[in-house]
Amino acid sequence: MLAEKYASEIERILAKYPPEHKRSAVMPLLYLAQREYGHVTQEAMQEVADILGLDRTEVGALVGFYTLYYDEAEGKYRIQVCTDLPCALRGAEEFAEALCENLGIRLGETTPDGLITVEAVKCLAACDKAPMFQLQEPEGIHYHEEQTLESALKLVEELRRRESHG
Amino acid sequence: MAEHILLRHRDIPDIDQLDVYLAHGGFEALKSAVTGKSPQEVIDIVKASGLRGRGGAGFPTGVKWSFLSPGVFPRYVVANADESEPGTFKDREIMERNPYQFLEGVAICAYAAQAATAYIYCRGEFWDLAHELERHIEVLRQRGLLGENLFGTDFGLDIRVHLGAGAYICGEETALLSSLEGRLGQPRLRPPFPAAEGLYAKPTVVNNVETLTNLPPILARGADWYRSIGTERSSGPKIFCLSGHIERPGNYELPLGTTFRELIFEHGGGVRDGKALKAILPAGASAPILLASDEVLDTPMDYESLPKVGSVLGSASVIVVDETVDVAWLAYKIIDFFKHESCGKCTPCREGTYWLHSILRRIERGEGRAGDIDLLYSVARAIQGKTLCALGEFAAGEIASDVERFRGDFEARIVDGK
Ligand SMILES: Cc1cc2nc3c(=O)[nH]c(=O)nc-3n(C[C@H](O)[C@H](O)[C@H](O)COP(=O)(O)O)c2cc1C
Ligand code: SF4
Ligand code: FES
Repeated sequence: MLAEKYASEIERILAKYPPEHKRSAVMPLLYLAQREYGHVTQEAMQEVADILGLDRTEVGALVGFYTLYYDEAEGKYRIQVCTDLPCALRGAEEFAEALCENLGIRLGETTPDGLITVEAVKCLAACDKAPMFQLQEPEGIHYHEEQTLESALKLVEELRRRESHG
Repeated sequence: MAEHILLRHRDIPDIDQLDVYLAHGGFEALKSAVTGKSPQEVIDIVKASGLRGRGGAGFPTGVKWSFLSPGVFPRYVVANADESEPGTFKDREIMERNPYQFLEGVAICAYAAQAATAYIYCRGEFWDLAHELERHIEVLRQRGLLGENLFGTDFGLDIRVHLGAGAYICGEETALLSSLEGRLGQPRLRPPFPAAEGLYAKPTVVNNVETLTNLPPILARGADWYRSIGTERSSGPKIFCLSGHIERPGNYELPLGTTFRELIFEHGGGVRDGKALKAILPAGASAPILLASDEVLDTPMDYESLPKVGSVLGSASVIVVDETVDVAWLAYKIIDFFKHESCGKCTPCREGTYWLHSILRRIERGEGRAGDIDLLYSVARAIQGKTLCALGEFAAGEIASDVERFRGDFEARIVDGK
């Protein structure tokens, strides 16, 4: 249970908002749930709803609305390549395709080992550093800019090594 | 090279260390405001400086602050760090490299607004940056530059960072406030404006990161100095984000009123690989496209001049498009963005972006039909003036301009069939 396991972290999150408006804490709590369970499960929505005195369906609507929350399990690591217009003008679509081809998947799919999903996303405010992607992992989101196929594959290798070493 | 006023880390690389920032005059502007000026005096200085909002709309900042409902407390300040317009990456550079000037700006704004709490709403993807900002805020707290009784007065301030979760629409101020309240990030009708009823229905100032970062230098050097930069009605420096087919993409801090020609050819090193310039998107995906004529290239980039050539300054994220680009493809990329980001609250935008998307997709795939170009144009025009927030307007205006200014590209796709 989140409420017990992360009691002090939850308290710190709630303290950011006026006590009568603790609903504001729903987004940070959803991040916490996602970190714990890999994606936001139905049970996690209920747990978050209980902490804030909300309805599970209300929490579910938020999970559906915001693109960084997931209600289904996919790859543990999501490589999200920006293919929006400015990046596309600097070769991002070709980069994303080459990466997928190398991993033997299509854009939006997950590698057979279930580890890595490659997706196309909209502008990430790094257009001068294309091709670029963000790596979304359970612990957070990190930017990888000015990428080549080689540098991206090296990262994939590293993620796989990290997993096999537990 | 001229001195940087906003991107000061380019002159002083370690300015993201508090001691370095303090050694270069950091927090003196806040101190002089809090200890020597009334909130109203600060508002008057900002009004006199002519500073206009850098988030896109260009509304005069001091004037906006003066709309706060008198006598109603608590009040809030919210820094808009949602930065999601395609081609825009200036707020991120400010917050990553010159964070204390931004935070001092937040504090000056809070003093003027008489707010005791400020939130920084960061787009969810700025995960690392948000955590870095929290560390900087903690440093300020430990050094007595945030918290209660600042500089021995009864003014106190707390700054808190809030992470969004991936939704362009949360950059729109009313959607942002809903999101911060833990609701769906959807806009609502204005009025009431946030200055009257904002966060938790309390008077709230929402300002862009770059806008706020202008405040310490304005307070430190005065309104007259600030007005000496830029043009008469568009004063001050502006960060232009340069992306696309350009030799040296990146942020360029230049006076408002600098021409496209100077930005692209002097600072940006010209079009990449020696190609010819075809078009310019002056404000990301959210402004009409411009044909790169001499008249356009010699247009000063400021709030008044862009409308004269049929576009707007917006967030000043300049996307350079060379001769190899087919505008029918570009239009498809842009509508794909807006269809994805439409929040779905009002029908003209939700349905309109859906239809524009499906027409543009078939044109893009070489399956366009006779009459599709006129259909595209009429759907775009039908959206305009009917949407709840500006997103739908942005989408329709950009697509209509593609058809008006580059019709040949669409015709070629339909005739060639590929
Ligand atoms: C669809 C849409 C997206 C917007 N995105 C942003 C954004 O990412 N950052 C921002 O500062 N303003 C954005 N704005 C403008 C805000 O609504 C608001 O005008 C601005 O934050 C006010 O600050 P300023 O006066 O300092 O510019 C957006 C507006 C619309 C309609
Ligand atoms: S114009 Fe689009 S984004 Fe704005 S409220 Fe309507 S549906 Fe939502
Ligand atoms: S378009 Fe890719 S980061 Fe902006």
